[in-house]
Amino acid sequence: MNPQEAARRVVEMVGDRAEAEAIVTFGREELTRFANSFIHQNVGSEYTRVRLRVADGGRVAAVTGNRADDASLARLAEDALTVAATQPVDHDWPGVAPAGHAGDGDFSDPSTVDATPAGRAGVVADFVAAGEGMLAAGFCDSDSFEAAFANSNGRAGSYRGSRATIDGIHQTGESAGSAHQTSRALAALDGAAAGALAADRARRGMNAFDLKPGEYQVVLAPEAVATIAIFLDFYGFNGKAVGEGQSFVAIGDQQFDPAITIVDDPLDGEAVGAPFDAEGVAKAPLTLVDAGVTTAVVHDRRTAGKVGANSTGHAWEQSSAYGPLAGHVVVRPGAASVDDLIAGVERGVYVATFNYCRILDPKSQVVTGLTRNGTFMIEHGVITGAITNLRFTQSFVKALGPGNVAAVGDDLRYADSEFGPGLVRAPSLRLDSWNFTGGAEG
Amino acid sequence: MFDPATAAVEAALAAGATYADARFVEARAENIEVLNGNVEGLDRIESVGVGVRAMFGSSWGFFGTHDLSAEGLRSAGHRAAEIAKASAAVPGPLFELADVPVVEASYETPHQEPPLEVPLSEKVDLLVTVTEEMAAVDRIRLARASFGAWDTHKWFVSSQGHRIHQHLVECGGGFDATAIGESETQRRSYPQSFGQYETGGYETVRKWEYAANAGRIAEEAAALLDAEQCPEGEMTIILEASQLALQIHESVGHAIELDRILGWEAAFAGTSHLRLEELGRHRYGSDLMNITADATLPGALGTFGFDDEGTPAQRVPIVDAGLWVGVLSGRDSAAIAGLPPGGMVRADGYDRLPMVRMTNVGLLPGASSVEEMIAETRRGVLMSTNRSWSIDDKRLNFQFGCEIGWEIVDGRLGRMIKNPTYTGITPRFWAQLDMLGGAAEWVHWGTPNCGKGQPMQVAHTGHSASPGRFAEVRVGVRG
Repeated sequence: MNPQEAARRVVEMVGDRAEAEAIVTFGREELTRFANSFIHQNVGSEYTRVRLRVADGGRVAAVTGNRADDASLARLAEDALTVAATQPVDHDWPGVAPAGHAGDGDFSDPSTVDATPAGRAGVVADFVAAGEGMLAAGFCDSDSFEAAFANSNGRAGSYRGSRATIDGIHQTGESAGSAHQTSRALAALDGAAAGALAADRARRGMNAFDLKPGEYQVVLAPEAVATIAIFLDFYGFNGKAVGEGQSFVAIGDQQFDPAITIVDDPLDGEAVGAPFDAEGVAKAPLTLVDAGVTTAVVHDRRTAGKVGANSTGHAWEQSSAYGPLAGHVVVRPGAASVDDLIAGVERGVYVATFNYCRILDPKSQVVTGLTRNGTFMIEHGVITGAITNLRFTQSFVKALGPGNVAAVGDDLRYADSEFGPGLVRAPSLRLDSWNFTGGAEG
Repeated sequence: MFDPATAAVEAALAAGATYADARFVEARAENIEVLNGNVEGLDRIESVGVGVRAMFGSSWGFFGTHDLSAEGLRSAGHRAAEIAKASAAVPGPLFELADVPVVEASYETPHQEPPLEVPLSEKVDLLVTVTEEMAAVDRIRLARASFGAWDTHKWFVSSQGHRIHQHLVECGGGFDATAIGESETQRRSYPQSFGQYETGGYETVRKWEYAANAGRIAEEAAALLDAEQCPEGEMTIILEASQLALQIHESVGHAIELDRILGWEAAFAGTSHLRLEELGRHRYGSDLMNITADATLPGALGTFGFDDEGTPAQRVPIVDAGLWVGVLSGRDSAAIAGLPPGGMVRADGYDRLPMVRMTNVGLLPGASSVEEMIAETRRGVLMSTNRSWSIDDKRLNFQFGCEIGWEIVDGRLGRMIKNPTYTGITPRFWAQLDMLGGAAEWVHWGTPNCGKGQPMQVAHTGHSASPGRFAEVRVGVRG
């Protein structure tokens, strides 16, 4: 049975006893993990995931299983109906999506679908070799899958997808530098280039000194920008957070610098994409911030229904609790090279990545976290040395606010975020002010 | 159910593995989310499968499958061995797995009311009731409550002869109220942030008396909107027990994981400020600091019979009167470090590779009480219930925010304060521990959402703690 058949079958098993929607995914994920310059974990699994949500007169339940044979699907359907029957009516239940074609597409790449342990080991070996005399750590993984949706209104769709990532650090013993690449295609990953960047940052990171906390100009590499973007996304552009009054978002207001444009773009040629969401609603490009003006928030059917809008196709399995989420975020690039960004700093800090960021207040988007794997002093337009990791406490909205974004880099690429790889593409940014609140001394 | 695991192990050995083990896991989970009296989410999740781990030379391979046919199990064992051989292309140091007792055994979590058998209507009614009570309080916009339960059977088999069946029962939950002002949000939670989870049945939920505490929690959240900001500066702080539990988790629990100390988590979760050569000599904190990793504590969330390598649960000293004396380890990490294996290796599901995880890393109680701590404090802040947590990749530089605080002036509790935060450096902070609550205030707090590893795994850990007092701590950092 393929995912399309399984999704249709389990919905048929519910029959006319309730509304039903199913999303079924068959996939294979494998990961080669290295540390101390050798492979210390190497794992793989084939997975099946069947999620069925039913609603009987507004009494809703969702069940998930990991088998797709007829007997397992039948049991899942009966479980869902049994559980739903015990529930109170969900007054915000929007119903399943209307009849129609959810969409289809092939976002997979053969080099990822056919990935082998030896292929990933080759990328790892290239990364390790690029840092002679250093200790390397990180991972190279590949994930490929086929997903299908069906609901009791006859809506259906399917697609294939894939993602591969090399992410790692080189360590000198007193410093570390990181690098990250993500693509649909394992073949597109360049372990040597990633390893060289990580090694360069590690070498430059030696002999670090402590910088006194305070407000500094910063140049943020794509990983750091991606962290900002994902926090704005999860806590801000989230239609549920907006409805609850917990978001900073004010549609139509110039909340960001004119240099900032943020879109959710699931369908372009580089996207680790998906043509529809967990409710079978078609995805499309959506501009969240246009030249600094907040223009949209993302909705699933529930949040859209509460404000009389249409779903924007951003449901995921946990969006009823956490709200809809943009998963294909792009911070639009500018024209400045990274060297240009650094050249414009009189006295400031270059940050390769942030680490362990946590929100202190969702409405003001004040976040604390640390720098990691490459924190450098910039003086008179050039990097002059390494500094020890710094703690910041900073409103992410204010960080990208009007007048604070001095320049946007041209180095758009996938960057890892606090939420994992494959969610955000971002360039480097130069910001006029960033609030560092602590250093190695606390 | 030992047979599927055995088949996978035999296939791995036939494909050239020198050692193999496998877990057949049947897992059921239930999650209920209620907001303002409305059930927003009710999920039941089931998974069944086998994960097989194979060793070739000193390299591991792992493969997980839900295909329980004879061919599927053979293929999983074979692929685990092939992956191990691929790993050996970039090999690490040679080692022999540390010895552990080879046993045939079984274990079941002591429990009274299987949580998945308690009627859904009863559980939902409780959550709906407490959210409705909280939502009725002026200025409370969001009243949430949740319940979660896990029921897990594991059958473990190794090529050395282990045959172990475990039935683990865990559950818990909690609630929170959020007040939203013009430019801020304030939240209070009960029994702690993200809920309190324990091993045991639904009786572990009943004992926390949700309904009796809902009104107080909501009133506190609303009052926080009008409270004064936490003062800035260096002063004495008293951490109530659940916040101290998280402090232990972040600044001790992760730092003593041997895989981190050995560098195996360096890229993602980071390393540790601890160096093995300082074991037994490094001063972690004050004489009041006595920490154990105890997988045998009845009711605590990190309690089990055997870990996922078949090593029996045990109690391991970690910090003895302020001196660092122990680590969290498994059979491979212990062998490489030349230490006895601690039985602290677990996996998040059949399809994940077991790795070093905290059991119940807890601070043994002292002899004081909160009242005594307050009475002996001239100027300080009492902080309660975690709101934010962040620590660096060596587990040194931390900043925590709490939901609520109260000023202490001349030995008495003063006004309520909002946005209390404190920051510090791990060994310096623990050296400032100068008073510690006694056994009467000692609670086995549970952390159900500890993330680590790639692919990311979530572990359930326990942290016993009573309230503690720390002198001269930097508080009130703001952005």
